[in-house]
Amino acid sequence: MAETEIQNFTFNFGPQHPAAHGVLRLVVEMDGEIVERADPHIGLLHRGTEKLIEHKTYLQALPYFDRLDYVSMMAQEHCFSLAVEKLLGIEAPERAKYIRVLFDEITRVLNHCLQIAANGLDVGAMTPFLWLFEQREILMEFYERVSGARLHAAYVRPGGVHQDIPAGIEDDIIEWADGFPKVLDDVEGLLTENRIWKQRNVDIGVITTEQALDWGFSGPVLRSTGAAWDLRKAEPYAVYDRMDFDIPVGKNGDCYDRYLVRLEEMRQSLRIIRQCIEEMPEGPVMVEDNKIAPPRRGDMKRSMEALIHHFKLYTEGYHVPAGETYTAVEAPKGEFGVYVVADGSNRPYRCKIRAPGFAHLQGIDFMAKGHQLADLVACIATLDVVFGEIDR
Amino acid sequence: MVGFWDGYVWPGVVILAQILLIVVPLLVAVAYLTYAERKVIGAIHLRKGPNVVGPLGLLQPIADGLKLLVKETILPARANIGVFVLAPIITFTLSFIAWAVIPFDEGWVLADINVGVLYLFAVSSLGVYGVLMAGWASNSRYAFLGALRSAAQMVSYEVSIGFVIVTVLICAGSLNLSEIVMAQKDLWFFIPLFPMFVIFLISALAETNRSPFDLPEDESALVAGYFVEYSSMLFALFYLGEYAAMILMSGMTVILFLGGWLPPFDIAPFTWVPGIIWFGLKIALVLFVFLWARATFPRYRYDQLMRLGWKVFLPFSLFWVAVTAGAVVAFDWYPS
Repeated sequence: MAETEIQNFTFNFGPQHPAAHGVLRLVVEMDGEIVERADPHIGLLHRGTEKLIEHKTYLQALPYFDRLDYVSMMAQEHCFSLAVEKLLGIEAPERAKYIRVLFDEITRVLNHCLQIAANGLDVGAMTPFLWLFEQREILMEFYERVSGARLHAAYVRPGGVHQDIPAGIEDDIIEWADGFPKVLDDVEGLLTENRIWKQRNVDIGVITTEQALDWGFSGPVLRSTGAAWDLRKAEPYAVYDRMDFDIPVGKNGDCYDRYLVRLEEMRQSLRIIRQCIEEMPEGPVMVEDNKIAPPRRGDMKRSMEALIHHFKLYTEGYHVPAGETYTAVEAPKGEFGVYVVADGSNRPYRCKIRAPGFAHLQGIDFMAKGHQLADLVACIATLDVVFGEIDR
Repeated sequence: MVGFWDGYVWPGVVILAQILLIVVPLLVAVAYLTYAERKVIGAIHLRKGPNVVGPLGLLQPIADGLKLLVKETILPARANIGVFVLAPIITFTLSFIAWAVIPFDEGWVLADINVGVLYLFAVSSLGVYGVLMAGWASNSRYAFLGALRSAAQMVSYEVSIGFVIVTVLICAGSLNLSEIVMAQKDLWFFIPLFPMFVIFLISALAETNRSPFDLPEDESALVAGYFVEYSSMLFALFYLGEYAAMILMSGMTVILFLGGWLPPFDIAPFTWVPGIIWFGLKIALVLFVFLWARATFPRYRYDQLMRLGWKVFLPFSLFWVAVTAGAVVAFDWYPS
């Protein structure tokens, strides 16, 4: 009898796939419905961000950070601004720091809303998606009110933030923060204790703390394994050291824990948002040094020097003293860092971006192995991959 | 040729007219079920649903139908064209021929056959062929996996549906659908057979591939499942077939458990309403449960669905058949 070799079934998952979260392409080897190997093919959204930044002034480089992970914009701007500030040896004014933290946390809620919504949708629960997107809409309006843009804000800049927040926005944010826990409760009512939801998420895509550390995971994915590592506590930046908040950690590192950790992080973010608004001091929101920050429009009408500063700033930019820095922030998805090398010119010599999603995507193979195809989808969703930052 | 005219042509015309009388309202019902679905789910999602085409968006289903009708039919190069085209036709036809035995009111039935339940069961079992053929003929891996899932799912849940129906038959003492309804004159079967009613409702969701059992068309893993390669009218036939099957399963639920066309209380104001209205209202109620489930639940995974079907529903319905039969024999509750 002739020997027949049974070959696994190779499945092309994406890039045009509703659960691929953008342009993920996975070549999946399957034995029936069981995933034997999942091989991510990335680079379909590669835009050469890092190289482009080398040819832009520091201020012009900033908007690229909005376009990395396009659901957590300001957190990434914050990171780059901190790095440039460190190289320049300046520090943002107090009020700017509070505004940054306030919007970092709004961004975190924005991101986790999307993640939980998409996770629900991938597992077949449609309703939380629409409920949470309504909330995202409100949050993006806050973005719009401070920066004029709903997504690509370019609001947090080296030296502070672009403009002071408009009058009255604090009250609106508080009003939203009062109502938001109710929405979270509703979403939890549909999902958290739902038998089907639990069957689909508990013990799926388990990551141990060791694996998470080996692969360089961070953020909620690492915390869901039980490691309480959060840069906001470990290496506080801006005014996080003055904030009172808890870091939720999981136990099992499965999809369900990642979901719970993100839910709790949103509630903690609300606490930080309230504290920021309560404690926010009055004062400038940008450093006064006109070599770095643009002069006021009024000054430019009267002062020759201000006009020259403005011209120089928007043509040549500012020169950053030679040096290098690795600066990281706790972005909603995990540790987002930039390694900036300055050579004393007006442009960065090198800007390496450390995107949390890139590290997380590496885990998809060991997470999905032995699970079903439908679980692979849940794993992708809970890793919270966004291709803007992975492909850069 | 009087015999030919009276014996063949005239009855043929009458039957054709009756068929049209069933199919046309049914097609309208299917169209407006899609509208109702979008409105109901919209309300649960806190959004409006269709509201642009016509007053309150009422012309939306017609616009959708027209759109599908005028689109190009794409036949994939590697598909087996004959089977590919046949599959949606089978699905569509099967979901409509089942209506021949459904009694809409006392005596309002196209074919009042004695084995109505068996006929329905046979037709709904054949439904899996359309799906399998579509998945195989598309020559696409997504469609193939979807078809495999669907075949497994429909077969497993048919078994438990079969046992549920047996319990009803024990109580009614007939396979004729009209007589099953009449047997519920005093007590609708969902009260004595409540656990079976629940199992039937859940199995009906699985049988029609509706959420939370919509694995064959698992949008997040398989894109659209077995009909991923279909477009325009061929797709529309699947779509219409799926919704007609939903109405059919609701109709079966109503006939088997909710007293068919009978009014809820056999007293004055309720008996004034014609039976067909009661029948329609009850179907609408069951359909609402279908839509409600879709908006509320996540989707089962394939193996979990199989476990539920074979390890929970099957033993339980088998057990309940024994209990029902035992009770009927022990207390001498034979149906008259």
